[in-house]
Amino acid sequence: MKIKCKKIVGGITKGKLLFSDQPINFLAMLNLKTGQIMDTNHKLNNLTLKNNILVFPNAIGSSVGAYTIFSLKNNNTSPNGIICTNSVDITTASGCAISNIPLVYIEKNNYEILKNHYEEKGKYSDDVVLDAENESIVLN
Amino acid sequence: MQLTREEEKAISGEYGEANAMAYRILVAIGEATDAQNLIPIKWAHVSGVNYNTIGDSGLNFLRKISEDGGRISVKSSLNPMGFDRRNVPDLPQDFIDKQLEITSYYERIGITPTFSCIPYEILPIPESGTQVSFAESNAAVLANSHLNLITNKESALSALASAIVGKAPYSDLRTEEYRNPTTEIVNESNIENELDYGLLGYFIGKTMKKSCTGLCNLSKKTDFWNIKSLSAGIGTSGSCGMFKIKESSKNNEKISFGDKEFKETKDELNTSEDGQIITFGSPQLGFEDICKITTLIEGKKFTKPCKIFCPRSVFNKSEECGISSVLQKSGAEFICDACTCLTPLIKKENYDSIITNSVKAAYYMKTSNKISVALKDVRTIVKEYSN
Repeated sequence: MKIKCKKIVGGITKGKLLFSDQPINFLAMLNLKTGQIMDTNHKLNNLTLKNNILVFPNAIGSSVGAYTIFSLKNNNTSPNGIICTNSVDITTASGCAISNIPLVYIEKNNYEILKNHYEEKGKYSDDVVLDAENESIVLN
Repeated sequence: MQLTREEEKAISGEYGEANAMAYRILVAIGEATDAQNLIPIKWAHVSGVNYNTIGDSGLNFLRKISEDGGRISVKSSLNPMGFDRRNVPDLPQDFIDKQLEITSYYERIGITPTFSCIPYEILPIPESGTQVSFAESNAAVLANSHLNLITNKESALSALASAIVGKAPYSDLRTEEYRNPTTEIVNESNIENELDYGLLGYFIGKTMKKSCTGLCNLSKKTDFWNIKSLSAGIGTSGSCGMFKIKESSKNNEKISFGDKEFKETKDELNTSEDGQIITFGSPQLGFEDICKITTLIEGKKFTKPCKIFCPRSVFNKSEECGISSVLQKSGAEFICDACTCLTPLIKKENYDSIITNSVKAAYYMKTSNKISVALKDVRTIVKEYSN
């Protein structure tokens, strides 16, 4: 099944979906060495973004979070791709642009389809393909 | 997004790799925010200076931009770095060397080394309605809400790109449509001091999903410190980039900030009853803020170590007016060029807990530095920790 999305930063990648309904302050919450979220108030606490496709509303807080995304990429701990579900903020867009991390935006109804897929198959699902070039997310 | 022929040439590298990179960043943001075109800006305030925050990746990126010919084309100012350049503290030599390397690249790019997160208190404010590009989150919110300047809540990279090309995508808060709130926060709590304003701001950032929020039941006439604190709170916890203090509109969606929300917000950030050291300045203190602390502490001494973070120009003025010596006699130490937020000077190895009136400092100390925080307003701090 293919889900339509809007390309912000191009590229094609794959990985498991990592869902968060909470926004992320990249500067404050990320462990750069492991890619883990380190914030006890966050539902993804201790989980790593590394090699996953992060699905989250948008970034919040520090403007320096853009450099955090770039550092994750350089440390090989970044997500393979990012899907924003509320709005694509400037921090995430600029961080992905210099890091060549595919970044897309999905509308609410498509977000629901993606979320249902995730809840059915969870973390044991096969990798999904994020094809920002063709503005589609391919589910297995 | 529509680009002019000149902009197309720049993105293809005709005017150098740094310009091309700057345009690539701005075009990605333009796509993300549905901009139709780029518009000129008059001032860029750039963040991403402290080595603690941008690390080796940021350093290498800035080296490349500066070597590739990246140079500013509009007035540009710079956020704080990791320590005071004229009073270098006991930090690892590697940190000092890399921090100074970062600042050298920014200077090569041509950005004025203000090392301040309160550019609005140390540089001339452009005329009302001027488009600027402010990365520092407290400065973006304050510029939109209190200074009648126009900016999106920029990132470190977007502000750097705008400093180089002198333009920004015309979208979101840069357009009139987005500057009129359709949702409002209704204050039903007793907001008195700068800490209360900061907590209200933190709640707003966390709750508000839109770029501009209305703010009702709050006096328009309030101390500047309160406005700074409110702006910093909003900038810390959210993506909202503007507030409008106004009468309630019956068509707007409403969110209440009552005693329950106040307490929940404070409980999240206030993680200690007491602390080992007092810090003032996140955002950095301006001259007026320093005068206020001076009035409260004059003739007394702090009973705990106290660090005051402020821009060098503010310290110089305080020194000329004989104010800094009053504070130094009371035991306070001034640190210029840096800020409490993510400072390498307050580490878990040395301190378990701090005392501050800053919600922004509390959030980053708790989340990044893993240090607990006793949040108290400035009057309470001076009352409890001086004799």
